[in-house]
Amino acid sequence: MVPESYYTALSAILFTIGVVGVLVRRNPLVIFMSIELMLNAANLALVAFGHRAGAADAQVLVFFIMTVAAAEVAVGLAIIVTIFRLQRRLSVDELSIMRW
Amino acid sequence: MSGVVFFLVAILAVASALGLVLRRNPIHGALFLVVNLGCVAVMYLLLGAEFLALAQVIIYAGAIMVLFVFAIMVLIPGKEETGPDPLRLQRLLALPLGALLLVEIALILQSSVFTAAPHPGVQPGYAAGAGGIQSVGRLLLRDYLLPFEVTSVLLLAALVGVLALAKRKAG
Repeated sequence: MVPESYYTALSAILFTIGVVGVLVRRNPLVIFMSIELMLNAANLALVAFGHRAGAADAQVLVFFIMTVAAAEVAVGLAIIVTIFRLQRRLSVDELSIMRW
Repeated sequence: MSGVVFFLVAILAVASALGLVLRRNPIHGALFLVVNLGCVAVMYLLLGAEFLALAQVIIYAGAIMVLFVFAIMVLIPGKEETGPDPLRLQRLLALPLGALLLVEIALILQSSVFTAAPHPGVQPGYAAGAGGIQSVGRLLLRDYLLPFEVTSVLLLAALVGVLALAKRKAG
């Protein structure tokens, strides 16, 4: 049996890669996918901690996070598609129409 | 045995995450992300969370990634992230900052809050029948029934919001 600290280490690595992806990329879709990567890393850490504590509550929490992520992706993609329809281009450096 | 599986899948997970960040074409990134989500599902299986592994494959790899691929196919304007990068210097800062974040997370995970046993004398891992699908279902529909129902309201709100966004005419 692999100790839980290995799972949390993997989760930390995945989270960091997601952060770097958000910072480096310019395409909002790729940034969005990097955010999903970070969410997954956090979920993995939660499940690992829940496994160590012997509590299934962590799994319920992760299930809720998945549901919220699904809603977030639907709304976020709708916003990105709407912005693309308005501007015909897709780079986060040029997006300022949601600022006021 | 599970150690070998863990390391193989962990390497695959890190490689696919790097592929998502490094590949220029977002559709390749989306496919890499599907591989990554599958790897995390295997991790859930190794941790004894069968329900989550199934939910991960169905919700993430099934539903969410289909949305992503669909959006990429609608939006991709031929070339991707070409041309001069106005913020190149700031982007170069991302790597050292990411390394710093990794070190910080590693330090936090070493602290006694995370390394000490949660309850003295309790062995890590689920007791017999504590982490399976039965106990998760019992928790979800009894102890966490109210959040579970509120989730449906959230999904409805997202549905209405997406429809309102999509129906508005451009310009």
